[in-house]
Amino acid sequence: MSGGHSTYTPKTGIERWFDARMPLPRLVYDSFVAYPVPRNLNYAWTFGGILSIMLVAQILTGIVLAMHYTSDTTLAFGSVEKIVRDVNSGWLLRYLHSNGASFFFIAVYIHIFRGLFYGSYKAPRELLWVLGCIIYLLMMATGFMGYVLPWGQMSFWGATVITGFFTAIPLVGDWIQQLLLGGFAVDNPTLNRFFALHYLLPFMIAGVVVLHVWALHVTGQNNPTGIEVKSKTDTVAFTPYATIKDGFGMVVFLFFLAYFVFYIPNYLGHPDNYTQANPLKTPAHIVPEWYFLPFYAILRAITFNIGPINSKLGGVLAMFGAIAVLFVVPWLDTSKVRSAVYRPWYKLFFWLFVVDCVLLGWLGSRPAEGAYVAMAQVCTLFYFAFFLIVMPVLGLIETPRRIPNSITEAVLEKNKGAHVALPAGAASPEAKV
Amino acid sequence: MKKIVTALAAAGLMLAGVAAYALAAEEGEGHSEAEPTHFPILHPEQESWSFAGPFGTYDKAQLQRGLKVYKEVCSACHSMKLVPFRELEGLGYSEAQVKAFAAGYTIQDGPNDEGEMFERPGKPSDYFPSPYPNDETAAISNNGAAPPDMSLLAKARGVERGFPTFIFDIFTQYAEGGPDYIHSLLTGYNHQPPAGMQIAEGTHYNPYFIGGKSLAMPDPLSDGVVTYDDGSPQTVDQYSRDVSAFLMYVAEPHLEERKKTGFRVMIFLILFGALVYLTKRKVWAGVAH
Repeated sequence: MSGGHSTYTPKTGIERWFDARMPLPRLVYDSFVAYPVPRNLNYAWTFGGILSIMLVAQILTGIVLAMHYTSDTTLAFGSVEKIVRDVNSGWLLRYLHSNGASFFFIAVYIHIFRGLFYGSYKAPRELLWVLGCIIYLLMMATGFMGYVLPWGQMSFWGATVITGFFTAIPLVGDWIQQLLLGGFAVDNPTLNRFFALHYLLPFMIAGVVVLHVWALHVTGQNNPTGIEVKSKTDTVAFTPYATIKDGFGMVVFLFFLAYFVFYIPNYLGHPDNYTQANPLKTPAHIVPEWYFLPFYAILRAITFNIGPINSKLGGVLAMFGAIAVLFVVPWLDTSKVRSAVYRPWYKLFFWLFVVDCVLLGWLGSRPAEGAYVAMAQVCTLFYFAFFLIVMPVLGLIETPRRIPNSITEAVLEKNKGAHVALPAGAASPEAKV
Repeated sequence: MKKIVTALAAAGLMLAGVAAYALAAEEGEGHSEAEPTHFPILHPEQESWSFAGPFGTYDKAQLQRGLKVYKEVCSACHSMKLVPFRELEGLGYSEAQVKAFAAGYTIQDGPNDEGEMFERPGKPSDYFPSPYPNDETAAISNNGAAPPDMSLLAKARGVERGFPTFIFDIFTQYAEGGPDYIHSLLTGYNHQPPAGMQIAEGTHYNPYFIGGKSLAMPDPLSDGVVTYDDGSPQTVDQYSRDVSAFLMYVAEPHLEERKKTGFRVMIFLILFGALVYLTKRKVWAGVAH
């Protein structure tokens, strides 16, 4: 792939037999062994691989959990407890799955921020980025529906609040909400369809992941310098170089996941979800899962009417807009330079944006009152300004730092003084300084 | 360009200012003594528990005492319907002892061959019977507030820790918010409401209650109400401590197994990670990157 020709040569009879009929070994070899990756990728690039294993892990634990789960409002809560208490290693499966969802989101946020920092969304990787945004959107839907399944208080009330957003849409809002719920309120039909969709969506994610990886293998990976690969010295073979580095990243990531699963499995959850859903008793504060908190803060920041748009619709539009704006990032950024490494001002704004997102997350967990509202409004303003003002304007007025001619040159500069060897099999000298 | 940055720095400072103001505002509101708006009025006291930390284990004698408190006091109003008698083997009881304990309960079963419901002694596979036939009866018998089921109470209660404590909690592995809350609530009835505070009739002031300034449950414990046969002090503090530990056990019966497995997994991941790292170093040794 990657536009280059295949270097696979079948060695055994079986391989030749397959290669003539369905060249799957060739596909695997070209995609995961010979595939050239930039030699200067740092550990931020291991999160793609980490996300793949998290998806597989979530599907595997999820399928086993589904074998023991009952999607009936009178039985769901008890069936989850039965899994935890009585199923062999059920406690482990359940905690792996619930904490796995959180860590899936931690990984995807790092992955997205990595893309924003190094300009990985810029041409020719726009489609790659958009496919990633679709995966993120599907993940959000899956995460939200999964949180409803244990049928705790937060499951029920979270579902009530979030499906309530849709009623803000003029004309069709009520119809959409009733379609989602299968009725007029969150009840048994809601739980059943959420279970069905929660089982379906991960496989749709897997499908889009295939497209995402396909698009990646056509354009090749971006890298910390943001300079395109120009010669063979710029790259190393995927295996063993990227494989072993990704492997190490995965083990470290799993270490953090295991720490939460085995020592503080309920840290990222809400105590109220250990009380069975009660439609007659509203919890004091309804909060979504932590990974939705920034968007929840944006939703609640719109407390005022804007012309014909009332504050409720305005909040919903702002929240969906906060996700929608990600889709057009490749066309908002006007800079010719990809990587923030060579863009001093963008770098500053990027880190401010990260702080802004964390702050929004914290504000999402606070009650919407007093100074919190004003803070959320300032943060929301900056969130949109980053995409709609900073990105287009900065690209036009910023003076980037000197950019090396090639990845190899950047690497050699970085390792100046040290004896530098080239990767094995990368002997072509045309990219020398 | 400079101007933009200056403006930005100013915005950042403003944001910090707003944050400080918000924190101060929140602190301030809690101090309105007679009519507080944030609950609980007092944060739970942090106790030391045998099951805390990476190597925590349940103190079986304490769990047995806790069971006694539950059986003789709490179970009069609180159900524990997700917990089967067989789970009591984790308290250090033998199979025969659990069998005898279960037999002490009368369980409604049926219908039999003649279509009649009948009563029989409990078996280890039975679940703790509930004190009320349904939630409505439970509510009407208790001033309108049904006593919560206790199967998961130790995980269903927890007071928000606030910034920055919630970050430190990751490193200290603090996961005992439930038992801390229950212990504080049970020992918190001796506090007097501040002057001028209105307490609704039929409710009881308790500054540790998460749902308001007072709750429907009266002080359930008093010194000496449960007899311990292992010489432990028969005080409200000890009773609350024991029953909190017991409730943690019934909510999380696999806690010891979880932590034990976790230690092995962590050791494995550290060793495996070190090997993978060394391999990575070797693979990349000749390649500048």
